[in-house]
Amino acid sequence: MPVGVPWHQLLLVCLSPSLLPAATPWEPGRFGGQITIAERGEPKTLNPVLALDAPSRDVIRRMMGDLISINRATQQTEPGLAESWRVSKDHLHYTLTLREGVKFSDGHPFTADDVVFSFAVYLDEKLGSPQRDLLMPGDKPIQVVKLDARHLRFDLAMPYAAAERLFDSVAMLPKHLLETPWREGRFAQMWNAGTPPAQLAGLGPFRLKEYKPGESIVLERNPFYWKKDAAGKQLPYLDSLRFLFVANEDAQVLRFGAGETQLLNRFAARSAVLLPADLLTDLGPGLEYSFLFFNLGETGRPWFRDAAFRQAVSAAIDRDAMVRLVFSGRAAALATHVPPGNAHWMNTAVPRPKRSLEQARALLQKAGFHWAADQSLLDNTGHRVEFSLVTSAANEERLKMATILQEDLRQLGMDVHVAPLEARSLIDRVTRTRQFDACIMALGGGDADPNSEMNVWMSDAAMHLWNPSQKKPATPWEAELDDLMRRQMVTSVPTVRKQLFDRVQQIEAQQLPLISLVSPHILVAASKQVGNFRPAVLDHYTLWNAEYLYLRDSGRK
Amino acid sequence: MTLGLRPEAPVNKPVRLLLAILLILLAIPWSDGARQDRAIPFHPPDGAHWLGTDGFGRDVLTRLVAGTRASLAAGLLATALALAVATVLGALAGYYPGWRDEFAMRLAELFQSLPWLYLVLGIRSVLPLSLPPSLALLGIALVSGLTGWTRPARLVRGVVLSARTRDYVLAARAFGAGDLYLLRRHILPETFPVLAVQASVLLPQFILAEVTLSFLGLGIGEPAPSLGGMLSALRDLSVLSTYPWMLSPAVVLLLTLTGCNWLTRHSNR
Repeated sequence: MPVGVPWHQLLLVCLSPSLLPAATPWEPGRFGGQITIAERGEPKTLNPVLALDAPSRDVIRRMMGDLISINRATQQTEPGLAESWRVSKDHLHYTLTLREGVKFSDGHPFTADDVVFSFAVYLDEKLGSPQRDLLMPGDKPIQVVKLDARHLRFDLAMPYAAAERLFDSVAMLPKHLLETPWREGRFAQMWNAGTPPAQLAGLGPFRLKEYKPGESIVLERNPFYWKKDAAGKQLPYLDSLRFLFVANEDAQVLRFGAGETQLLNRFAARSAVLLPADLLTDLGPGLEYSFLFFNLGETGRPWFRDAAFRQAVSAAIDRDAMVRLVFSGRAAALATHVPPGNAHWMNTAVPRPKRSLEQARALLQKAGFHWAADQSLLDNTGHRVEFSLVTSAANEERLKMATILQEDLRQLGMDVHVAPLEARSLIDRVTRTRQFDACIMALGGGDADPNSEMNVWMSDAAMHLWNPSQKKPATPWEAELDDLMRRQMVTSVPTVRKQLFDRVQQIEAQQLPLISLVSPHILVAASKQVGNFRPAVLDHYTLWNAEYLYLRDSGRK
Repeated sequence: MTLGLRPEAPVNKPVRLLLAILLILLAIPWSDGARQDRAIPFHPPDGAHWLGTDGFGRDVLTRLVAGTRASLAAGLLATALALAVATVLGALAGYYPGWRDEFAMRLAELFQSLPWLYLVLGIRSVLPLSLPPSLALLGIALVSGLTGWTRPARLVRGVVLSARTRDYVLAARAFGAGDLYLLRRHILPETFPVLAVQASVLLPQFILAEVTLSFLGLGIGEPAPSLGGMLSALRDLSVLSTYPWMLSPAVVLLLTLTGCNWLTRHSNR
């Protein structure tokens, strides 16, 4: 999934508890005050069922609650609106018990009926919710059965590894406010910028107070929020949370530098020099990976389908230069698409790629390529190896990586023309018209579990970028990938899943359908005034624990 | 050097200097500055790199000269093309009133009503992705030239419309001169001052068009330099605030456009 676009597959995380930090207690906070954070753009909707864009998700998530949550620090599931859950032996049935006395932000009680209603809405085909695919393991919708006012059973059509994580980020909806519009077909028009705060209710720590289009949105403390701190005081600590709309990352950095905002959510390494070092936190490699891929389909050039050609290209790439020149050293070079930030799932047996032009030349020569007198590379029919490389014009880092790649491949005699494209045009070319030769992209904004990548690795998937929507696997190694990914999806034994996914990475490293490049570090910043600031490598990096954030007495310096 | 101006309005020294620099830039062989020295990104100016290096360790001065030459070449080619189209269509419209005049002027109005930048962007988007720098430069010149002919064409039409009824033209016609002869010998020379002024107006406009397209990533692509491509590095706030030598393309662009402005003022004098 392209980074920043989808959220329906971003939040499944399945890491071994032994590899993850244990939860540490929160500092007792001080009540009151407001934290301001700048958003790159304005929310397109406040409707959690339809939200696709990052600003909408960031705001909605603070106002909504889910049944089971993933703790972004420990990356383990923890009770949310459901205080406990039980899994049947065949892993097909989950029974959840709801907390007692939970109320929506308008004071209306939250019951099992709201849960049944919420899942009916998310699974409504007409609404096309981005979460819908997630809630259909095995292409069959999860069945939700109300047992009583506090108990529900969720029936799955097939075993699905780590299924309880599906509940994270599925916001529970107030039936008393939304059922009538849903039945009347007006649901898609509900909860937008013009909705009065009184008509919008959620189960999160904050609720809507004021929306100034084009300027900001202010959320205030939800007086009915269920969560309490260790001393039994009702959260959140803050009176309000303000999202300021700005045009781009530079504006975010400048506002933070000027003290107008107290938090700076993920930013690029190039902006780090503009910030005081003591306010900046480098969380190391995240889950995002950038990669080069060729069009291996019928519209692509024949050499692209030759594994030796792709191996030669990979050997020629100076990933270390990308880390140094593009990310100022704040990134990790990659051997496969699984970055070091995803320590549990990474296959450490796959060797780290080393740049070797000699090896690249030998591979090309063996595959029938040769060089002209002017050192340009020719294929076995005498044609020059020349192709275009598309990437997003809006992404400075990827443009720079393309320039480095262009020079690296020039040293092999390849003539690469970089063509920056507007994001939508790029996606259209890659996934629909297939009018491209090679492309640099990034995926994996917040997902560690292999299940979330089914749409990339299955040969019949639309996001099988190098040759999508195949009727049957075009190559034996793609058939094997299909089999491995299917098996890991339904296997409930973690070690077996790991072995299967290790093999996926081995095949990837040999066949190189995606030539992985680098994984950038997650960089965030916070004013020293902010207490309980514990950024995580999963989205939302700084506000995931908004209910625990508080403002200290001392001023920000 | 008079550029078709009246003999009594010679071009002054700064403009001569500018033209000399332009000729030198266009004529001398020069590296394209694509070679990367990854050990010295953003190296400040010193004896080896007079204007420092960029983020890939490429020499900024070398790229600046090559980039200025590319931008100027695109501007000059586009200007020549626009004036050629304007002369032909303007002369036809002015010399042959009737359907040809109507057609040329309606066509001019159509082009004038289109926002040029969007038109240029639209045309560029249908061109192949894989354009080598030389073809990209020609493409920009072609697109800019074909969208920028309308104003000079109207002016040429006006001059031709007036000249065709002058006494000396009527006399030549009475002596049996043909249309082509009249246009070439008596009428078109009347348009030269107008064309010279228009050239000085169009050149900076087309240089800016190239800069805009390359800045947006639609013009001359990496690794070939152009002023627009080099300026695009300044979109990064950290570059803008930390490495002042990266501002040199902006200074050169400013000087170039100021020089064109001087040229326009002298042409008008």
